[in-house]
Amino acid sequence: MKKKSVSQAIGFGLLRFCIIVVLMILVVILYDIFSKGKEAVSWEFLSAMPRNGMTEGGILPAIVGTFLVTVITAILAIPLGMGCAIYLNEYASHGKITRLIRMSIRNLSGVPSIVYGLFGVVLFVQLMKLDTSILASGLTLGLMTLPWTITASEEALKGVPRAYREGSLALGATKWQAIRTNVLPYAIPGMLTGAILGLARAAGETAPILFTGAAFSLPFLPKSLSDQFMALPYHLYIMATQHHAIEKVRPIAYGTALVLIALIFCMNFFAVVLRYKLRKVKVE
Amino acid sequence: MTIATEKNKVQLKSIGFSDRAYGRSVEENKIKIVVEDFNFFYGKTHALKNINMKIRSNAVVGIIGPSGCGKSTFLRCFNRMNDTINNIRYQGDISVDGNNIFDKDLDVVDLRRNVGMVFQKSNPFPKSIFENVAYGLKINGINDKDFIQERVEKSLKDAALWSEIKDRLNESAFSLSGGQQQRLCIARALAVEPEILLLDEPASALDPIATGKIEELIHELKKKYTIVIVTHNMQQAARVSDYTAFFMLGELVEYDFTNKIFTNPLKKITEDYVTGRFG
Repeated sequence: MKKKSVSQAIGFGLLRFCIIVVLMILVVILYDIFSKGKEAVSWEFLSAMPRNGMTEGGILPAIVGTFLVTVITAILAIPLGMGCAIYLNEYASHGKITRLIRMSIRNLSGVPSIVYGLFGVVLFVQLMKLDTSILASGLTLGLMTLPWTITASEEALKGVPRAYREGSLALGATKWQAIRTNVLPYAIPGMLTGAILGLARAAGETAPILFTGAAFSLPFLPKSLSDQFMALPYHLYIMATQHHAIEKVRPIAYGTALVLIALIFCMNFFAVVLRYKLRKVKVE
Repeated sequence: MTIATEKNKVQLKSIGFSDRAYGRSVEENKIKIVVEDFNFFYGKTHALKNINMKIRSNAVVGIIGPSGCGKSTFLRCFNRMNDTINNIRYQGDISVDGNNIFDKDLDVVDLRRNVGMVFQKSNPFPKSIFENVAYGLKINGINDKDFIQERVEKSLKDAALWSEIKDRLNESAFSLSGGQQQRLCIARALAVEPEILLLDEPASALDPIATGKIEELIHELKKKYTIVIVTHNMQQAARVSDYTAFFMLGELVEYDFTNKIFTNPLKKITEDYVTGRFG
């Protein structure tokens, strides 16, 4: 073999090795959780309240809690994030200040989630007097998700060819008309995909809800948004580290992990399907 | 601008200009666009230097020059498309029908409806053929379906596209060939009934047959529109335009009847360029 093709074979081999390592990690984690969690998951597990100091029963309040919090997060993060992205990408002048704002937003997405949690306590729980509640937690998670939705939305807007904007303006459209009729329809699939991925990440967070509303154990469903709640990731944390009989509840912890992963997988899958559907509409 | 001489008239006839076309562009028709001491800056780059130019109604003006000479920039000034770029500055005046297009009271949206533009790379929107042509009407507040239908058909006919696509109006514009897409873009520009058409190298990405169709179309369109066309292709400028402007390094070197520019230019540099001795 020639020297060139040997070095190519080595190169490809190394790259293949990288992807195999990553896939192996994923497979091992999923296998571990699935094999240990599948015993615990049953219809009762999904639909019943926890009983006997959370050693028996189900995790329904945690599922409902995570769902409600995620809805609040979406209501805050998606419209606000899209609005910011549209302003930044389409209207803001390209000066130093805009660059600074954009850089700050990128940096915000690197702020540890526990810091958002503390900030949520100060702003929502204490200052706005929302108390520890679904609302306070949802808003905290919303803040944490914002930088992600803004960045993803801006990327989606950047992906719309300049020619669509110019073509529209050249026909006598106002800037807003051009954006509304000839930019947003093609950017929204990407924007929503980014937003859903951000939400999926938020749904699995523990630290931001720890101080703002998540409860150790509440064997009933929340009645309003100002109630405290149980959440899947927090429940998992408790079952794995804080419970008085950790060994005994291990299967419940794995079951909870499996449900959480399934939920996030569903959200990501939904994002992919949504993008595919909307893209098809756009081309037709 | 150079006034036609007897010699010019003879030359124009000799390359096939009809008396009518010739007479119209010189005597009958009024001046449509006036460019006066016009300068344009991208940041600190002085992209257009002291341009003076008059363009008559229903004339086709070809703009030629080497890459980077500012011809596209100049074209994009007529509908203020350069406004979308940051850090640009205008100096001097351009007026259309006597109205300064940089006037603070002028609505740039009205200007752009009146001065249509077709871009170098055809840019159909990802909509159906019909929706592409109807787009300009809809954003200008026209909702009457019959009227839109009628105007779409007329625009497609004017752009010499109707017979090819009349049975597939609801198909995606992307299903058209490159040349058809560009004529679709022309039809889209015609639908809002501008008075001036700006064409930025409309045939640069097309094969000779498609290019020929676009050129034929330009001959037809000048009956109704004033046309300014930027082109890299010297033969194309010679074939389609009544007047030709030669730009170099941001300056208007020479502007005259096309036939004069191509056969007997005043300046040596113009002659060198049009005969392909540099560039």
